[in-house]
Amino acid sequence: MKRFAPIAFATAIALFLQGCAGWQSALDPKGPAASELAWLIWFFTGLCAAVWVLVMIALALPLMMRPRERAEPLVIDADADNRKLRVVMTAIGLTAVILVGLTLLSFFANRTLAAIGSDAALTIRITGHQWWWEVRYEDATPSHILTTANEIHIPAGEPVRLLITSTDVIHSFWVPSLSGKLDLIPGHMNVLDIKADKPGVYRGQCAEFCGAQHANMGTFIIAEPREKFDAWWNDQLQPAAAPMSDEAKAGEDLFLKRPCVMCHKVGGTPAGGTVAPDLTHIASRQTLAAGTLTMSRGNLAAWIADPQGIKPGSHMPVADLSGDELNAIVAYLEGLK
Amino acid sequence: MSSADITSERDLRPEREASAKGDITPERDGPRDTGLDDASLHRWLARTWRTPPGIIGALSSVDHKVIARRYLITAFLFLCLGGLNAVVMRIQLSGPRRGLIGPDLYNQLFTMHGVTMMFLFAVPIVQATGIYLVPLMVGTRNIAFPRLNAFSYWVYVSGGLFAWVSFALSMAPDVGWFAYVPLSGPEYAPGKRADVWAQMITYTEVSSLAVAVATIVTVFKHRAPGMSLDKIPLYVWALLVTSFVVVFAMPAVMVTSTFLILDRLVGTHIFNPAEGGDALLFQHLFWFFGHPEVYIIFLPATGMVSAIIPAFARRPAFGHLGLVLSLIAVGFLSFGLWVHHMFATGLPKLGASFFTASSMMIAIPNGVQIFCWLATLWDGRPVIRTPLLFVLGFFFIFVIGGLTGVMLASVPLDLQVHDTYFVVAHFHYVLIGGSVFPLLGAAYFWFPKITGRMMSERLGRWHFWLAMVGFNAAFFPMHIVGLWGMPRRVYTYPAELGWGNINFFISAGAVLFFLSFVLFAFNLVHSALRGAPAGNNPWDAGTLEWATSSPPPSYNFARIPIVTNVEPLWAQREALPVATGLRVDVRELVVSTVAEAHPDIREKSATPSIWPLLAAIAVGGTFLYSIFTPWAIVWGAAPIAITLIGWFWPKGDPEDEE
Repeated sequence: MKRFAPIAFATAIALFLQGCAGWQSALDPKGPAASELAWLIWFFTGLCAAVWVLVMIALALPLMMRPRERAEPLVIDADADNRKLRVVMTAIGLTAVILVGLTLLSFFANRTLAAIGSDAALTIRITGHQWWWEVRYEDATPSHILTTANEIHIPAGEPVRLLITSTDVIHSFWVPSLSGKLDLIPGHMNVLDIKADKPGVYRGQCAEFCGAQHANMGTFIIAEPREKFDAWWNDQLQPAAAPMSDEAKAGEDLFLKRPCVMCHKVGGTPAGGTVAPDLTHIASRQTLAAGTLTMSRGNLAAWIADPQGIKPGSHMPVADLSGDELNAIVAYLEGLK
Repeated sequence: MSSADITSERDLRPEREASAKGDITPERDGPRDTGLDDASLHRWLARTWRTPPGIIGALSSVDHKVIARRYLITAFLFLCLGGLNAVVMRIQLSGPRRGLIGPDLYNQLFTMHGVTMMFLFAVPIVQATGIYLVPLMVGTRNIAFPRLNAFSYWVYVSGGLFAWVSFALSMAPDVGWFAYVPLSGPEYAPGKRADVWAQMITYTEVSSLAVAVATIVTVFKHRAPGMSLDKIPLYVWALLVTSFVVVFAMPAVMVTSTFLILDRLVGTHIFNPAEGGDALLFQHLFWFFGHPEVYIIFLPATGMVSAIIPAFARRPAFGHLGLVLSLIAVGFLSFGLWVHHMFATGLPKLGASFFTASSMMIAIPNGVQIFCWLATLWDGRPVIRTPLLFVLGFFFIFVIGGLTGVMLASVPLDLQVHDTYFVVAHFHYVLIGGSVFPLLGAAYFWFPKITGRMMSERLGRWHFWLAMVGFNAAFFPMHIVGLWGMPRRVYTYPAELGWGNINFFISAGAVLFFLSFVLFAFNLVHSALRGAPAGNNPWDAGTLEWATSSPPPSYNFARIPIVTNVEPLWAQREALPVATGLRVDVRELVVSTVAEAHPDIREKSATPSIWPLLAAIAVGGTFLYSIFTPWAIVWGAAPIAITLIGWFWPKGDPEDEE
């Protein structure tokens, strides 16, 4: 053990240094909640590591002693045992003090977290689906209510209130660099307040096992300056762009004639399905299929042609399309900026 | 004991000498062990207590040692299967977007890994160790309710087969070992997979409950004369507390799984929010079992540590009373922490904080145990043999697991690491460090008692270091990758998150850890065939199981020892005082009082019977059928009733006729 500990420790440090820069890491906080939590994690880790080292020293001591000489195991040195008793009682007392301290620390950290969103001006409803996120921006004016999917734009530097629930199974919303996770439970509405200090793209993913494609249920929080965010919201409220080319026009016709419309909505067209992501501005998103593929013409085509190959078990069926039809639909979707 | 468990006398021809000493049935008394010389005593007892020859005889055995051996071997096989599951998962996860297996198989694999390790390996193996050791340690001749004990094994093995045959048919549960609704409910889990989970859980927990009841009664009523509560070995205390935890925890999961199958099969809406049910109720019920489950696995292991450390530290455990009280405190507290598995469900914040406090609090009795063990070791350099090495490994690993447990107890901190690989690392440190390492130590420690041969010390040391390096290489980095944002239960992950290298390292460690078990299996087989003869007490340990021969005879002790010290063999170096007066022509044992262990009455212990096996088959068939239709309960009732009538058929002994 003694020769192994330094190796493990060095490995751990090396690995830590390599990974702190992740964009989905609890150790790389980009908002007040995650910063508070990262501090808490480091504090607990440091304290626990110290306790562990002390226990290991206490364990190593007898291994370095001289071998015992007496053969009779029932002959006990009462004085020595009394001294040990004092040491043990002290250790127990210290344990209790540390635990009470950590309990209080965790209680106050919880209060700090709860205060973050108390003045949130923006409310977003997030509904979990197998295996994507429905995102609805609430507004007092009904015509300003916006529904999109998977990518959540927020104004940077402002607290945002997320009302989260699910309509199928339990999911969990987790963007580690901004905040801890919270479950989306059918029949329950949970509230999570988040805030990003600076503009940036923060990745998250579902953290509660939700079936076949749990692994590919990603989301992005895109924090932008307020003006940019307002402009984005305004753009997203517009109906879908009209197809520009003949191919795209043919694609729209095909889209509306095929089963696509049973599930998907394209604002401004008869397509009004609500069980799958809203496609009105799909080409303005950065990713496809809940963070599984980056947005590109090739990936759009791949996803439509073979959804079960890319996300086995997903609820997107294979559409029976010829090559030309596929190209046309992709051309149409690509224009939905 | 039920009257039907009383021995039948059909294959014995006792001389019916009336004896004035008889206190139960003087008119039908047979020969006693009082005046017999050792050779004829052995002849009598061997004939009375043997397991009958032949296949039917083997299947009828009610000897606790025979049944425990079967349990141990079966549980070890399930460990290997569960470990293979893990290796396949680790190969899939060794790099981003690997295509070795898809989500359908992966989800079955991680569910089977959890179900197998929790229900088919960990709980059965700690209980099996207890089945073997508790009667020996308390100085009796068989476990209480021997036929129930036999029944429990058959139920367990068929429950395990049920799960693994389903897996072979690609019908294994794929909803996680926790099977949360609505994912496991009728709407989102079509097919029979979730039903297999539900019934297999109910089924194996029946077996676990049976063992718990038998253990409790053995400890309370069958202790050797003089083994008052303060002289019960710590291992036996641990098993006693564990058995009580089983009795109160297992019904919660049986209720959960039964509610689930009612929702799925009968169309109740207990967990359906659309009809006024509640999905969170499932989690409360499940974790009310699930958290004590951890202690069901861990407490017996602490008992093993408490047995191994004194033997190699060459002194009785420091703080015996403190250790016992800690065990009991942990047993109670384990029922007050279940909500810390549900911090991310959005519970009221104040309520959640209460569970932070209670989860922190359980670290205190666990700390007491750790400190007492350390203090036991402080008298000078302990004798370092393989069993103690594994106990030292237990300290190294388990303390990390315990400390990360303290981190998880904090509500806000938990919200970052809940359901990530950090938690996977944490509970493997707790369960492998806290339970498997002591179990491996226990295997090296008690193997000589069970087989009469020593395990190879050389291979043992190799095994230890391989396991240590493999385990830490596999699981320590999981803490880190969890903090980097990797959730649990994902069959793959994208390359751009940068988790590839560390996962490759983890997978390599996992393979190394698996290889350590291959080495262990080789050592087991090799030593069973070629090991050096062990003698009665190879470690010069102090508890009663070392007083008898290795392996022990079918009747355990030729004469029932009298206990005067918590380490009787250290107190009485020459020969143990014994109690006499038991009949040798029928299976008789001493029933003693609960607190003082005064010998109270002589009682008969059940003879071999095939009925427990038949009853288990009837129960198993009913459960299997019940995943298809609720009417199985109706049709299954008849064969179950028949087998139970056969099992409890009165034998015409005087006690039956009272």
